[in-house]
Amino acid sequence: MSIAPQTSFLYHIEEKSGEKVSLCYQCNKCSSGCPVTFAMDFPPHVLLRMVQLGLKEKVLGSLTPWVCASCETCTTRCPNGIDIARVMDTLRQMARVAPAGAEDIPKFHEAFLNSIKARGRVYEVGMLLEYMFKTDVWAKIKSREIIKETKLGWEMFRRGKMRLFPHTIRGLEDIKKIFEHKGK
Amino acid sequence: MKVSYYPGCSLLGTAREYDESNRAVCGALGIELEELEGWNCCGATSAHSTDDYLALALPARNLVIADGKGLDLIVPCSACFLRLKASEKKLLEMPLADFPYRGSLKVKHLLNFLAEDENIQKIQERVKKPLAGLKVACYYGCLIVRPPKVTGATEPEDPKEMDRLMAALGAEVIEWSFKTECCGGSLVLARPDIATKLVERILKMAKEAGAEALVSCCPMCQSNLETCQGESSHRTPVFYFTELLGLALGLSGVKGWLKRHLIDPRQPLREKGLI
Ligand code: SF4
Ligand code: SF4
Repeated sequence: MSIAPQTSFLYHIEEKSGEKVSLCYQCNKCSSGCPVTFAMDFPPHVLLRMVQLGLKEKVLGSLTPWVCASCETCTTRCPNGIDIARVMDTLRQMARVAPAGAEDIPKFHEAFLNSIKARGRVYEVGMLLEYMFKTDVWAKIKSREIIKETKLGWEMFRRGKMRLFPHTIRGLEDIKKIFEHKGK
Repeated sequence: MKVSYYPGCSLLGTAREYDESNRAVCGALGIELEELEGWNCCGATSAHSTDDYLALALPARNLVIADGKGLDLIVPCSACFLRLKASEKKLLEMPLADFPYRGSLKVKHLLNFLAEDENIQKIQERVKKPLAGLKVACYYGCLIVRPPKVTGATEPEDPKEMDRLMAALGAEVIEWSFKTECCGGSLVLARPDIATKLVERILKMAKEAGAEALVSCCPMCQSNLETCQGESSHRTPVFYFTELLGLALGLSGVKGWLKRHLIDPRQPLREKGLI
């Protein structure tokens, strides 16, 4: 079987990320230093090759950008100066739906951003509660994961690490405006 | 000396002891930290994973506030530090009407700031209780050094600022190769299995190199390194670097800070008669 490269997807990613993915010559340095390859379906250099070939569905359905820890090791080491972590951001932003194994990641981001939108700063207790109710609470109760989490919460509370009341910043209207311009 | 201070959200909650020790140490060194008025969250990984404008604008608002003061902006959290630096770089390359940032200041990570020659000298002069015999692994993590074209790190694979500080306090700084390996902090809630694996690797390397404690310069890393160790009985304590500074300078708040840790770090200090 032969694959005819579809350049339109590549160009789209390059434009949106501002990174020249076509420069990648598959040296594998990014993947060698990546700490999370064990949890990815495709290591970073393979994913970049797939972008070059225009395998859109596969790329946007991949687990790799979601479990990428944004550690910036690949970006630091790429001999062609490709900001791979930035490309991962672009792919996450485009993918909309997270595949199995990453479902909770966008839920976390949503809870985190909602907290900022509401008060200007992240209120950890409120953010954690919102996140918990977005995820499958029943599965956590069944797997007893919830006991561990509650215990950790209590340990933090006991040590004064949990603030009981949120703080709202002065100038919250600026933050509202920023969120209105999302996607700009 | 007066500087602007951007604590970041974690320091109001889970990393309270970091904030307390930062303020106390800077106070003792005659550095006035002026908290940035009305500062907002930098957006962290959630913003840059979701939307480019949010990732640029959330830190930008803080930069503009700080710009008005003209004092260097000191940031104790590595994630906030990188987000502020990345936003600053973009604003200077491509000015945005909504955020008129002139760049009248330098954004600095607290660790790098305190490791500047002038400050290290001040610290050395004030050490009351040298941390003799305390074997520490300096853990820098990712975002204080990477990517270097944004952070300005000169030795991103082998930073030395914390090593220099700890050595100035008289601690025994061990050589190890995981100084800047990722701990998976951004995944700790949604994929704790990944974060746990990364933390285990880091701790294993630190122990093999002979460290009895880790030292951290980031609230995300510190809390992740503690929580991912679970309930095991051989847990490795993780200090904030300013806590050890406070201890060596003989500051009174130290006991209160250390009590807040999920993994009690006092044992190795007691053994050496440091507390
Ligand atoms: S390090 Fe750069 S050039 Fe090498 S495989 Fe990765 S992206 Fe391609
Ligand atoms: S930024 Fe992501 S892809 Fe790059 S090395 Fe880190 S975890 Fe791997």
